[in-house]
Amino acid sequence: MAQNVFEGTKEQMSELLSCIEEHRDEAGALMPVLHAAQDIYGYLPAEVQTVIAEELNIPLAEVYGVATFYSQFSLNPKGKHKISICLGTACYVKGSDKILEAVEHELRIKCGECTPDKKFSIESCRCVGACGLAPVMIIDGEVYGRLSPADVKGILDKYIQD
Amino acid sequence: MEKLINLKINGVQVSVPEGSTILQAAKLANVRIPTLCYLKDVQCVGSCRLCLVEATGARGLVAACVYPVSEGMEVRTNTPRVRKSRKTTIELILSTHKKKCLSCVRSMNCELQKLALEYNAEEDRFGTDHDLKPIDDLSASVVRDNSKCIMCTRCVAACEKQTIGAIGPKNRGYAKVIGSPYDVSLAFTPCVNCGQCVVACPVGALYEKSAVADVWGAIVDPDKQVVFYTAPSVRATLGEAFGLPAGTNVEGKMVTAIKQLGDVKCFNMDITADLTIMEEANELLDRLNTGKPTPMFTSCCPGWVKFAEHYYPEILPNISTCKSPQEMFSALLKTYYCEKNGIDPKNLYVVSVIPCTAKKFEITHEELGGYTDAALTTRELAKMIKEAGIDFANLADGEFDAPFGTASGAGAIFGATGGVMEAALRTAAMKLGGKGAPLEFKEVRGTAGVKEAEYTVGKTTVKVAVASGLGNARKVLEDIKSGEKNYTFVEIMACPGGCINGGGQPYVHDEVRNNIDLKAVRAQALYDYDKDSKLRCSHDTPAVEVLYKEFFGTPNSHKAHELLHTSYAKREKY
Repeated sequence: MAQNVFEGTKEQMSELLSCIEEHRDEAGALMPVLHAAQDIYGYLPAEVQTVIAEELNIPLAEVYGVATFYSQFSLNPKGKHKISICLGTACYVKGSDKILEAVEHELRIKCGECTPDKKFSIESCRCVGACGLAPVMIIDGEVYGRLSPADVKGILDKYIQD
Repeated sequence: MEKLINLKINGVQVSVPEGSTILQAAKLANVRIPTLCYLKDVQCVGSCRLCLVEATGARGLVAACVYPVSEGMEVRTNTPRVRKSRKTTIELILSTHKKKCLSCVRSMNCELQKLALEYNAEEDRFGTDHDLKPIDDLSASVVRDNSKCIMCTRCVAACEKQTIGAIGPKNRGYAKVIGSPYDVSLAFTPCVNCGQCVVACPVGALYEKSAVADVWGAIVDPDKQVVFYTAPSVRATLGEAFGLPAGTNVEGKMVTAIKQLGDVKCFNMDITADLTIMEEANELLDRLNTGKPTPMFTSCCPGWVKFAEHYYPEILPNISTCKSPQEMFSALLKTYYCEKNGIDPKNLYVVSVIPCTAKKFEITHEELGGYTDAALTTRELAKMIKEAGIDFANLADGEFDAPFGTASGAGAIFGATGGVMEAALRTAAMKLGGKGAPLEFKEVRGTAGVKEAEYTVGKTTVKVAVASGLGNARKVLEDIKSGEKNYTFVEIMACPGGCINGGGQPYVHDEVRNNIDLKAVRAQALYDYDKDSKLRCSHDTPAVEVLYKEFFGTPNSHKAHELLHTSYAKREKY
């Protein structure tokens, strides 16, 4: 698994702590705090989850359990270029899983992860409404359709050189 | 008066208090309903769907463990629909279960295996759809095999009840597993090794880190002399592993069985329980006289000590510096006993038999001197006895070896919550109050999570508290911290009910645990043992007198401090 170094700032931490303060005595404080933490950091670093657990006086296992239950929470940072591969039904039957594999292979990270240089992150999504172009990959909002695994390297090269 | 609800279960009329569940009502009607995720005092969530029944007024089948009764309800627990549902549920559970039953630690004692047989489940009806997951065996105490986990979350609930939460469900859907955050081992979490997860597990997904092979190796090693000693509560529970009813005292058979394992000696750990009282009582007096921090907390339980090191580092100066009876015994054996018998300590192999998984962790502490070579749980001892082909039930009673054979009843009750406190009070009352002082302190007995009492001993009034289960310990600690409560002496045991309900005790099926108060039944065996003991007070134990005369001089002497006392340090949680 690609390892990302935690690079949180003091400002981010004080923002998080003031948000925790707001919710401290509420039942179910964890959800709003996790949302805020993801807004502040862009993802939920282990270090941040530990702070949340300590401050809310709940086990880290509970924080981690909730963070990994909801797919909208991310444990990994997002890259400069966000790659999204559609695994909706139409794209999937047209082989988008193979496109995802090709991207993972090319960038040497798994879906959901970010490259150590923070340049790329990969995620999967469900139907983007472009089934006619299946299988579809989106990079920074730009749609690439009717792909075959062989196309992937050429497309990524443009962004790598960027 | 409570309102009563009338209903019929399989045609049997019962009246139960309003708010009861169908499962509770069924118990009164003498109707058995199978359960899996439900465990009395631990978890009640209705997630496994094994206890589904038909009930009038409900649309589908309902989970008996959570569904409340209503007036005039008719419940059927044994219809084709119910049986089919249970069978399918079991088959689905089996489809993701590592079915290595023959070599499983729980084989013949597995709740899932039992249910699968009862409902004629086919183990491969839905194939075997799972990847083998890595086994986590880095902890000194507990091994987790997620390939056998059936996600009942009884372990998670047991851990939450201890207010630790070292493990929990993570990820979602097919990817869901039970474990510690990220993929770190249990060894690097605030897990206190109490093993309550192990005794809560219905299958073979959790078990102790076994020392059985090491002990067999030492027994056949011609250079080693092997000595066993057994903890107070083992006599009260070992029999369960051989089909004897809970609460049977099997001390004599246990000693005979251990001596039949090979050329080994078998001692009585109650002696260092007695020794603990001598040291601890003197420490308490010293604290009171010199203004050192009080209340003083007991230190016999390594689960509690690790809990304090993680969560309450500020109270570490209040914890008695006495080592646990296990570590005292091993230290004695490797020094006093070796000196006396001309044995090179390197050649003495010390095996403790304990009801506890945390004591396996304890023997790895370097600061305790490394005197214990192996710590076996009650379950592991039972396994060795079976492996040796010994017919346990028909053994004659044996006796512990000299010089560590005879101890007091006060040492024996160390195995139950309140026992350490009562033993200490007996000695204190006798020393300060003289003849005619009381022997029994019933206020600190029983399985309540927190017990308090006030005694006047001699001219001093002592306020004591006893807590078992770390959730209860936390309550007591918070009350002390906030200034709401003030005590002189506090006993804490990590496991609910104390060592008799320890994480290393024999597995007991949910059906038994849900229907008897196992803690009370097992503890009774120790209190009966105490009542029948010739010696009732720790300070009367001859071996203890001899030890002070020949070796230590006085309690809390320099030598006693060197061998019988220790120190604690704050631990990070992650």
